Amino acid sequence: MIGARELTKKFGSVVAVDHLTFDVAPGKVTGFLGPNGSGKSTTMAMIMGIDRPNSGSVTIDGQNYHDLRWPLREVGGLLEARAIHPGRSARLHLWSLAQYNSIKKSRVDEVLEIVGLSEVANKRVGKFSLGMGQRLGIAAALLGDPGVVLLDEPVNGLDPEGIRWMRTLCKSLASEGRIVFISSHLMAEMALTADQLVVIGKGRLIAEMPVADFVANSSIQSFRVRVASPESFVSALESAGGTSSANNDGSMTVTGMDARAIGDLALSEGIAVYELTTQASLEDAFMEMTSDSVEYRGAS
Amino acid sequence: MTISPPPVVFEMSAPSGRAGLRQAIRAEWTKFWSVRSTPWSLFALVVATIGIGVLSTHALHDQRFPTPDPIRRILVGFNLSQFAIGVLGVLFISAEYGTGQIRSTLAAMPRRPIVIGAKAIVMGGVGLVIGEILSFVTFFIGHAMLSGSASQVSFNSPGVVRVLIESGVYIALLGLIGLGIASILRNSAGSIATFAGALLILTILIAAMPTFIVNAVSRYLPLNIGSTILSIGPPPRLQGTPVFSSTVGLILLGVYALVLLSAGWVLMNRRDS
Repeated sequence: MIGARELTKKFGSVVAVDHLTFDVAPGKVTGFLGPNGSGKSTTMAMIMGIDRPNSGSVTIDGQNYHDLRWPLREVGGLLEARAIHPGRSARLHLWSLAQYNSIKKSRVDEVLEIVGLSEVANKRVGKFSLGMGQRLGIAAALLGDPGVVLLDEPVNGLDPEGIRWMRTLCKSLASEGRIVFISSHLMAEMALTADQLVVIGKGRLIAEMPVADFVANSSIQSFRVRVASPESFVSALESAGGTSSANNDGSMTVTGMDARAIGDLALSEGIAVYELTTQASLEDAFMEMTSDSVEYRGAS
Repeated sequence: MTISPPPVVFEMSAPSGRAGLRQAIRAEWTKFWSVRSTPWSLFALVVATIGIGVLSTHALHDQRFPTPDPIRRILVGFNLSQFAIGVLGVLFISAEYGTGQIRSTLAAMPRRPIVIGAKAIVMGGVGLVIGEILSFVTFFIGHAMLSGSASQVSFNSPGVVRVLIESGVYIALLGLIGLGIASILRNSAGSIATFAGALLILTILIAAMPTFIVNAVSRYLPLNIGSTILSIGPPPRLQGTPVFSSTVGLILLGVYALVLLSAGWVLMNRRDS
């Protein structure tokens, strides 16, 4: 169990993490969700003892990271920015980390195989693409076969196949009984990967609940609608108090009305409905919950 | 790239005990040699120091009158190596901060004193071996070149072995001082500038001060300690100025390195990385 208690971190006068309290349990994937700049990476760095909290604490099975006997065998972390010297080969980078924790050399080749980097193992890391760097970071996290896996924005830079691979990896790590804690600012990705969510905004806890509850609790619901004559339906929607936006594929997203009202409206207008589906609205739920806590917002 | 579902196993059992200095030294040893620039820098350092020694010795060979302290001329290349080894010491830790590698290192070994200690042992060890190789190899080449000339030197002359051994230690300590400076400043450019400043600029400035300052301070300067170490008699540059014996000088340099490295780990414990 990872336990954060009143965890607080300030950078000068800026409070990056503000009395954050949450738990991460083993056996499921826990998503750590928040807009950019909300303190996710700082929290991850504090779990791993790299940044020091100003007050509060965070422990792994009751222990500070500092006191772990074989850190990499207990916690594997992928840190946000690539934390790797570019002049070293992937294999020697992993080997030096392995040596720090008396992990045998064969395990280095094993994790390179797991992340699909065996063929470039002897290439210098500086020549790696963003996605390859990310895979190398994941290899480092798996090096000690740890019971706790922390991944900060793991899908950054991965191609669609890599993202799917990442998702499978997280789920299988969790199904083996490990703690899997992954941060992301991408709600859609979390909806597919995570079982449990810890949501923060401006360093404060906004929600800590199962993904399903998070979606259900949202007051905003949106529907994907496809009709025979979109133009006339849009004006009918607007006069009925709904809002709509057109999607690229010819469908539209409707909010402000429930499914029954949309269907009845189409019937009364005599417009054929080809599709009327509830959208996975984690994104909306997230936007709604964090709208007061986005640090940087573009003018609109 | 096609990747099959990960065959993750959850079966590795941790050995007894705890990750410590022994593991850290092995890891830092791997890190030291696995950045391609390191072996190349050391190779260039050795070639340049010996090459400069050969040229300088060659100049002596043609002189009709004996030079009072020929070993100083043979080892003149150390004036270069003392800077090069310092830069290597700086980069051994500053490059980790510059690239973010330090975060991976601290994830593997969160106890900062062990990280700094292991780096110091590797850097000091490499510096010592390189330094001793440099001093003995350069000396024996010079020795062979000067045989039969007016400035002929013998390995058995008083002070020669002392100079050769201490010169190697001097190189090792300068590597540690570079490491210590960088463990405090963390930034490569700033640390290299500080190291060069402390060696060269400080020495030039102090030499231009009034006598009472020169007499009080100049024997504490690393470069002046180096000049005493690298010659048998008192170095001409420091004639008339009080100097420490080479042995006291080495102890002093060791104290500098220790103070800098200790400050480095105290700061490392306090700061985020």
